Amino acid sequence: MTSTHKIFSNRWLLAVLLLALPLGLQQVGNAWVRIADMSLLYVLLALGLNIVVGYAGLLDLGYVAFFAVGAYLYALLASPHLTEVFPWIAMMFPEGLHLSFWWVLPLAAGLAGLFGVLLGAPTLKLRGDYLAIVTLGFGEIIRVFLNNLDNPVNITNGPRGLGQIDAVSLFGYSLSKRLDLGFIELPSVTLYYYLFLALVVLSVVICHRLEYSRIGRAWMAIREDEIAAKAMGLNTRNLKLMAFGMGASFGGVSGAMFASFQSFVSPESFSLMESVMIVAMVVLGGLGHLPGVILGAVLLAALPEVLRFVAGPLQEMTDGRLDAAIMRQLLIALAMVTIMLWKPRGLWPTPEHGKNLNPQGGAR
Amino acid sequence: MDVLLQQVINGLVLGSMYALVALGYTMVYGIINLINFAHGEVLMVGALCSWSVIGFLQPLMPGTPGWVLLLISMVLASVAAAALNYVIEKIAYRPLRRAPKLAPLITAIGMSILLQTLAMIVWKPNYKPFPSLLPTTPFEIGDAVITPTQLMILGLTAVALAVLSWLVNRTQLGRAMRATAENPRVASLMGVKPDLVISATFVIGAVLATIAGVMWAMNYGTAHHAMGFMPGLKAFTAAVFGGIGNLAGAVVGGLLLGLIESIGSGYLGDLTGGVLGSHYTDILAFIVLIAMLTLRPSGLLGERVADRA
Amino acid sequence: MSSPDLVLNVSGISKRFGGLQALTDVGMQIERGQVYGLIGPNGAGKTTFFNVITGLYTPDSGSFALAGKPYAPTEVHRVAQAGIARTFQNIRLFAEMTALENVMVGRHVRTGSGLLGAIFRTPKFKAEELAIEQRARELLDYVGIADLADYKARTLSYGDQRRLEIARALATDPQLIALDEPAAGMNATEKVQLRALIDKIRNDHRTVLLIEHDVKLVMGLCDRVTVLDYGKVIAQGTPAEVQRDPQVIEAYLGTGAH
Repeated sequence: MTSTHKIFSNRWLLAVLLLALPLGLQQVGNAWVRIADMSLLYVLLALGLNIVVGYAGLLDLGYVAFFAVGAYLYALLASPHLTEVFPWIAMMFPEGLHLSFWWVLPLAAGLAGLFGVLLGAPTLKLRGDYLAIVTLGFGEIIRVFLNNLDNPVNITNGPRGLGQIDAVSLFGYSLSKRLDLGFIELPSVTLYYYLFLALVVLSVVICHRLEYSRIGRAWMAIREDEIAAKAMGLNTRNLKLMAFGMGASFGGVSGAMFASFQSFVSPESFSLMESVMIVAMVVLGGLGHLPGVILGAVLLAALPEVLRFVAGPLQEMTDGRLDAAIMRQLLIALAMVTIMLWKPRGLWPTPEHGKNLNPQGGAR
Repeated sequence: MDVLLQQVINGLVLGSMYALVALGYTMVYGIINLINFAHGEVLMVGALCSWSVIGFLQPLMPGTPGWVLLLISMVLASVAAAALNYVIEKIAYRPLRRAPKLAPLITAIGMSILLQTLAMIVWKPNYKPFPSLLPTTPFEIGDAVITPTQLMILGLTAVALAVLSWLVNRTQLGRAMRATAENPRVASLMGVKPDLVISATFVIGAVLATIAGVMWAMNYGTAHHAMGFMPGLKAFTAAVFGGIGNLAGAVVGGLLLGLIESIGSGYLGDLTGGVLGSHYTDILAFIVLIAMLTLRPSGLLGERVADRA
Repeated sequence: MSSPDLVLNVSGISKRFGGLQALTDVGMQIERGQVYGLIGPNGAGKTTFFNVITGLYTPDSGSFALAGKPYAPTEVHRVAQAGIARTFQNIRLFAEMTALENVMVGRHVRTGSGLLGAIFRTPKFKAEELAIEQRARELLDYVGIADLADYKARTLSYGDQRRLEIARALATDPQLIALDEPAAGMNATEKVQLRALIDKIRNDHRTVLLIEHDVKLVMGLCDRVTVLDYGKVIAQGTPAEVQRDPQVIEAYLGTGAH
């Protein structure tokens, strides 16, 4: 086992911290818990993309497409939209469409995974940079379709988006209502926090198990040298499709959770900028290294939000030119440029777990 | 049929601008294997600089003909953009030449966002009207019209391509660029300074992008901080379409893409029986690209490189 | 004379690259347990031949049979599955993975657990992983680099990297192991060790195909040799026979421009 977890070697401490976090934050304000919730969703996305980019070495710049698939799947199956637009659906489901959480997870994962395989298939023979631009194209294509599939048949409601999406209901209890435990009250955002945390923990376990397995090694072999991998009998086509599918499924789950959390989705949330951000999270954090990827996701998701609170005074100082949104963008951009210059392998890359015989390296 | 000629003209005009920007992408990729995501932003900076210069000079020189102002602003904007690109390459890309290959890509993307955000701060986010400095009465060609601005775009592009072609084929710098693109190590053994060649590539790319940017602003009448993103993306698609690293490919790719977009947006509704409207034009570029790369992964004019073991 | 057990039986192989006829009507029969050498001047087409029989290049013509069964050299990984493993002239290891992991990847083609096994850690998965790691360690020991197991492949010395590549190829349990200039860049001591290793592989009833420039190594090691020049077979036979062939002598020492 690797020895990277020195800081977090005390698992119980980490667990307690994570479990207590929202309770502390909610005292300061629910907005802070929201930030934590969104960060967790981004961690899920980053973990998924890490499988594609980090393990298999496939540069996917259109990953947000899978986020969108999961989000819209849930939105369509747990909101009044379809029953309003299509009377025959309303007749089949007189109570309306309210997909239960236990169905959402596998369906979103499965559908997104399928899309992953479909969108990955044309890219199998492409060189790295061409692969990037084609996946970018796919991401844009999905967004445009979401924006325009409101006529002739109104499926996605176009730019207006889909609202009134059900909150997640667990064991009969809706997460949109506060939970009164007597000694403490848990607002909806905190309930969602625990749900997302559970999903993140599950995802980390899955990713870890994949990394240390025959499939994980095969992915990494493809990343390192695809021709040599083929020469060793690896069916690189199927392995790449597996990576795309597996990675995409994480995006789908995250998307479905996003839809329920926000109770509203629109194509605006699924832009190229999002795909870019997720790639940045993975690369800045440390490609292929789970702790690094999580760090990258949390940093890029939470920090700009946190800094909104500093934006106020700055805005006045600069005559209104610097507002919160601009600050956030500026910070992300500066982070990307400066961190790469300082630590090109990421803030927390895979440690040299293979010891170095001589740092200069052999004949390579 | 009467619409077709107009679409063709529009397509060639659009394609010329794509071609100029695509050249910048393809030259940089050919030499250092980097997709310079920030290149579209250079177009934007060039256009906005030019807008500022014109705004500054117009009141000072009231009687000057529009095209003179245009030219002056283009020259000054080119200088500014070239300087900017030179600096960007030097501080952000050069240190990463030996880094893992995803690092410079992230830097380039970050640089793109940075430039957009800084432009938003410096020039404020509103859309600025770009003055029409050329006469606006169009000429008629058959059933179609072509404005002086469009004529100028075509003309300027032709001139720029001719100059570039001379530069690349007839000068020492051009030889050095071609040699470095083929084999940087051997080129440096022959005395070519790779840093110099790379800087020159970025400078030339910036000038071409500025010309395209100013023309774009004139053609559509506005300039703003986000104007470079889509054209940049599409121009990159065009470069890949034509075969990345190949100069002729960039031009052919750009022109073809402009034509496809223009003709496509005109006929898309008819072709699909109203199911797909012209909002889908934006992704036409990508669909073309994906189709192309599926059938011929190296692009239109790209080399078929056998993978030697 | 009983018909020999031919591990590799190829004939009539031709391959053209644009204007260059790289291979013309090349054939080869390798018997089980042999060490078979392929030699020839630079540019003769040796690596091209390797690439063709392993599926990297598609030939214009030729018939291919491995252990009596015909195979189509069209997909690289299928050729490896069928039983030809190879090393590369320029060494293609998985640089950021450890030596152990490199060899473990070699076992991929003979094992089968997939996503579900990995995610749910089934008993079958765990047993297989254990077996993979064990076999990989054995192979590292076999080639003599057992103590380098946890070092990243890119940090190994040149000679060790070559041995690692051989271990990885052996991990695929091949019928035929094809080595592309394994002695390139080695000093005399390393060549002696390499020769011992190849002997060991032969003694373990594996069949080896070898491209080599070092004539002494080839002559001492190989049971049979084919000589290529300009893409054509100019001699085939035991090392002693081939050495005396006037065409071979001319190809290596002749005045013709190469």
